[in-house]
Amino acid sequence: MSEQSNLEKILSSGKFAVTAEIGPPRGADPTEMIELARKIKGSADAFNLTDNQTAIVRLSSIGSAVLLMKEGIEPVIQMTCRDRNRIALQSDLLGASAIGVKNVLCLTGDHHTFGNEKSAKGVFDLDSISLLNTFKNMRDTKKQLSGEELDSAPNIYLGAAENPFATPYEYRAIRMAKKVKAGAQFIQTQAIFDLDWFERWMAEVRKMDLHEKVHILGGVIPVKSAGALRYMKNKVPGMIVPDALIGRMNRAEDKKEEGIQICIEMIERLKQIEGVHGVHIMAVMWEQIVPRLVTDSKLMPRTSV
Amino acid sequence: MIIGERKKVSEIAEMLAGKKKILVSGCRTCVAICMAGGEKEVSELSSALMLISDRDGLGWKMEENVVERQCEKEWVREIDDKIRNADAIVSLACGLGAQTVADMYPEKEVYPGLNTTFLGVPEEQGVWSEKCLACGECIIHTTGGICPVSRCAKSMRNGPCGGSSNGKCEVDPDTDCAWVAIYDRLKLQGRLDMMTDVIEPKDWSKSHSGGRRKIVRKDLLIQPTDSSGKEVVE
Repeated sequence: MSEQSNLEKILSSGKFAVTAEIGPPRGADPTEMIELARKIKGSADAFNLTDNQTAIVRLSSIGSAVLLMKEGIEPVIQMTCRDRNRIALQSDLLGASAIGVKNVLCLTGDHHTFGNEKSAKGVFDLDSISLLNTFKNMRDTKKQLSGEELDSAPNIYLGAAENPFATPYEYRAIRMAKKVKAGAQFIQTQAIFDLDWFERWMAEVRKMDLHEKVHILGGVIPVKSAGALRYMKNKVPGMIVPDALIGRMNRAEDKKEEGIQICIEMIERLKQIEGVHGVHIMAVMWEQIVPRLVTDSKLMPRTSV
Repeated sequence: MIIGERKKVSEIAEMLAGKKKILVSGCRTCVAICMAGGEKEVSELSSALMLISDRDGLGWKMEENVVERQCEKEWVREIDDKIRNADAIVSLACGLGAQTVADMYPEKEVYPGLNTTFLGVPEEQGVWSEKCLACGECIIHTTGGICPVSRCAKSMRNGPCGGSSNGKCEVDPDTDCAWVAIYDRLKLQGRLDMMTDVIEPKDWSKSHSGGRRKIVRKDLLIQPTDSSGKEVVE
């Protein structure tokens, strides 16, 4: 059997993991992304490469993975069901595995009406859960979805997202259980701003023993302004942002520094929650702050297992 | 039923440039009930086109009529003379009615006066909503009688996505999340356990993805020679 990913080794050894997100550029020139990768490499165990996030056309996740692996970064490629049918998804998984990608995050994907190709035909042949199940079977049984045998199986560590802040709230832990059943080995959650809410959800997760079946990484987003928090509260579907947090940002003199402090506090508290096995930092358009966040949360150094 | 929405009069007028004898033909079935292509709408569109013709000196001769069911040849035949007499037919029926006329009179130019929007139901006066995609394999007995294929923007089969906010869809905050509705329905029925299984991907080959669909019921065929399902064009 091929070698496990660094992320899998860290999580299965019981260590607290750190993942962070890199958004590929909106063009064919990867120079800035590569420079960024050189700066923040070493501050996370693996880096998620988004798949046309919010349906904005960007350099592909797998293409970015090829470039960043050369820089010594371990990628988690994100794959959504929005733009590819089961033929393309399975093919891309085989391609990703062949070039050495070992972590995949299976997503349904933001709807394309959010993006910059609104006239697109949404595919949604599969959903996140059937995608997980398909990839799991490809790996474990060497069979593609139709049941036909593959010449060889992909080597892949499977992740999924879960959003404790979306409706129906009481279904969210059950839905994560479905993802685990379907093949998820690690979970990266939606960004957490309401920690009390998240803790209530984690209590449900523990009641179902899910924290023993899957590695949960709490999602965090560092923000630079109260406006950004308000935007997420009001405009981003499936997010809960407490007014108290917006107030705290409003009162802060140095908003950026306050945003960093809020994020660090969040990470510190997530470390204390039973069943949380890591953090996932989504520093959208602010990736260079990741090393500072990880250092100040006393999660450095990150070492390969 | 089939829900349609009339195209803008200006758009229809533009399509008719250079024509003289124009027949506006509606349908008394679905599009009449959704108030897009029935008797009243045919008359309104004819008058509006006449006004444009008078204003711009186009010299259009308008004729109007409403067929009982424009998707059935028998009913279309009843207006044979009117169709033969026109050099442009604006169909205010759905795409099925418009194509029935077009296929029966291949030498005639047929213009769609409305957009066939979806298979849906009237919710209240003036409100219609989509509830079926004609996917070819109904599964609503597994989802509390609510179709996630048509009512979820992502046709999710395994429960709501992460964008379900306050019971609404991420695509449109005025649209109910189908999966919240399914959850509530199954909860009411005491069948929430139906939402814990991993559901296999849908077999889209039964939908349009499998190619154009056709049903041939041999028991109903009048001419057995048609049993191959080969289309007979009259």
